[in-house]
Amino acid sequence: MNIKPFLTEAELPFCKGCGHSSVAQNTEKALQKMNLDPLDVILVTDIGCHGIIDKNFLSHTVHGLHGRAVALAGGVAAGVNNSDKKIITFIGDGGATIGMQHLIGAAHMGFNITVVIHNNMLYGMTGGQPSEFTPCGFKTPTLPEGSAKAGYDICEIIASAGASYVQRVAGVGDYSDSLVNAFSAKGFSLVEVMEICPSYGVKSNPGMKLSKVIEDSGLAVKVFVDGRDKEYVTPIDSSPKSLISDKFNVDVKYSHNLSKPVSIMMSGSAGEGVQSAAEFLAKAAMTAGLHATKKGSYPVTVGVGFSASEVIISPEPILYTGSPVPDVLIITSVDGLNYAKAAAARMKGGLLLVDESLDVPQTGAKVVKFPFRERVGARNSAFYSIFWYLNNNNPFPIEALKDIFMNNKISEKVKIETMLQF
Amino acid sequence: MQTTKSVKPKAFIDGSRLITEACVLAGADVFVGYPITPANSLYLYATKRFPTMLAAPDEITTLQWMTGFATAGRVPVTATSFPGYALMVESINMAFMQELPMVIILVQRLGPATGTATCGAQGDLSVVNGTLSGGFTLPTFCISNLDDCWSLSAKAVETAVKLRTPVVLLTSKEMVMTLLSYDWSNLPEIKPTKMTEFKGEGQYFPYKAGDNLIPDFLPVTQTKHQVRVTASTHDTKGILQNVLPEAIENTKRLQKKQDKHLSEFTFFDLDEQAGAEALILSYDITAQAAREAAVKIRETGKKVSVLIAKTLLPIPMEYIEIANRYKRVVVAEENLTGQLRQMLFGVAGRKGVTGVNAIAKMISPNEIVEEVLRNEY
Repeated sequence: MNIKPFLTEAELPFCKGCGHSSVAQNTEKALQKMNLDPLDVILVTDIGCHGIIDKNFLSHTVHGLHGRAVALAGGVAAGVNNSDKKIITFIGDGGATIGMQHLIGAAHMGFNITVVIHNNMLYGMTGGQPSEFTPCGFKTPTLPEGSAKAGYDICEIIASAGASYVQRVAGVGDYSDSLVNAFSAKGFSLVEVMEICPSYGVKSNPGMKLSKVIEDSGLAVKVFVDGRDKEYVTPIDSSPKSLISDKFNVDVKYSHNLSKPVSIMMSGSAGEGVQSAAEFLAKAAMTAGLHATKKGSYPVTVGVGFSASEVIISPEPILYTGSPVPDVLIITSVDGLNYAKAAAARMKGGLLLVDESLDVPQTGAKVVKFPFRERVGARNSAFYSIFWYLNNNNPFPIEALKDIFMNNKISEKVKIETMLQF
Repeated sequence: MQTTKSVKPKAFIDGSRLITEACVLAGADVFVGYPITPANSLYLYATKRFPTMLAAPDEITTLQWMTGFATAGRVPVTATSFPGYALMVESINMAFMQELPMVIILVQRLGPATGTATCGAQGDLSVVNGTLSGGFTLPTFCISNLDDCWSLSAKAVETAVKLRTPVVLLTSKEMVMTLLSYDWSNLPEIKPTKMTEFKGEGQYFPYKAGDNLIPDFLPVTQTKHQVRVTASTHDTKGILQNVLPEAIENTKRLQKKQDKHLSEFTFFDLDEQAGAEALILSYDITAQAAREAAVKIRETGKKVSVLIAKTLLPIPMEYIEIANRYKRVVVAEENLTGQLRQMLFGVAGRKGVTGVNAIAKMISPNEIVEEVLRNEY
């Protein structure tokens, strides 16, 4: 067996007595036990003392943002998509605090990564502030009275999130076999290494032993999950279909009667076919050789409230797709009336087609009332209104709209004859 | 009855369809998405078209996953709106420092904050311009019509890959969601772009660049050379450094490589009319109103030119040179204070330069016409 080094010969960059050094050494030992090649290992780190280890590793290294290494490593794993590669993520308890969702998410996904949390129970790089992992009673330079609350039991959290392997170890001595188990697991694995920061933790809690802190915190040093083997495989569709297809083409079959653009605003209620009817109208105009645009307006709750659509049909190409003052305004419901009042008021001419059940808004347009809802019901009132409009105004033949309607599955539910009773 | 001028069939489509298809043809192969109105049509098309599509749990994760994919040599795309973009900002800085390609499609909507999700806007140019800490610019393109949805989207991917950088493709609600009749029978061909990979035998320096200032790439999957990727200040080996001169030179190079290659990705439409003393300058959704305004002004016998900016960042100096040829410049954009206008002419402005601005409504051609003709020239 040709055992390869994973660490350079340079001195490790951590303070004397820091558990981070032991993590690096145990990691190397574990990878050597697995007889891996350094270039089959990708170490993903982020911000915190632990993250400065990159330069000592002979594997590939990816160094990102504070608390985001787990998400970054998830992306690396999904991109690499090869479980023969070992993707190891080093984070601290600070990074685990800010990046908690990434940890839960990665375990949930089953990304093929091993996370090693260097839990020294405080933020060491910034002066010893408490993290959400600081145990109850544990003191730090900025919290000399000691933490009033317990730290997260990250192992319990990640075990319940669906990880394949989870273990907590005390960060002293040889725990490389634990790392071998984690590195060997399929899918997401996590090892929490308990440490005391020699610069801030030891000084703030003189005489306190790591074993005592672990015991007092009630955090079990044990394997929480083993053998779940849930592994994420990145889906790759090798031949997705083009979005460009002749089926979206609209053939020109009719001629039209327009010499200038006409903008038609339809305003009704969600669920009453306004958007579909507007699209039918635009496509029908295209079969008559016209250019067309259609844009919708509706609240974020698409299933309730108003639903409005603006259609422009034009013998010339359309540049600006807005129509602040419509030439034709069709209102088919109370919601639609409330939404379109302002547009109606702006109209100095043109046609306002309004359902007979509704009040007529203030407008300078010619007003025509018609019982759309009574004749065909609320759900089909928008469709009916555009048939009525074409029948009475004839910008292009009504046959064009019949074609579009008959080629749509709505014609199986709604008889076209009902749309043609004027 | 009028006779129809053309019997060539047209498609009835939205811009999102073209953007998605163009990105994939240009070489993008992963879409990572977090839902947000009004970018959802891009997400939907991505599920059908991208070889790999992942639903992320938030926008920070989105950018992190994209970056991870890019370390393996894949080319990711996402689509979002301001609230999502705001969450992505630190991670975009990361990918920029790491020199990994990706395209972020930013579909603008009415802000500030959540604002009105279903109302369009052009309010995010200043945000994009301020994305990177330290005075660096993020290459940013802006779509002005359906032709751009196709060609400019491909250029966004190509630029991201060639320059090894995140690129923003700026657009807005009406551009990606409005259905339009469109003749797509002659769409220009799009060819995929790939990153230049390191082929040398000696040591690989991940951030060592030649004359083109762009380092050769290697994915973290290969087994011959060690690859180091980092977002902190680093030397050419990719090792963290403090403010060592070599490392700072490397950081400066990130801007220099853009400036060196800017002419390769400078795109704009210039419709100059001989003798015109007024210029309409616009971009994004207001570009079409600007084009129509020019038609209307010319119909009255008056002269006007139109500049549609498509490369927004870094700002091509051509825009200033063109604008300086005109006594009167009207910058039309759907935001409150004129973001592009201030970027081009400063807060102090320039004599003869005015804006047409609005929020919560599209700027109409007539508003632009009125402003251009307000002071007869």
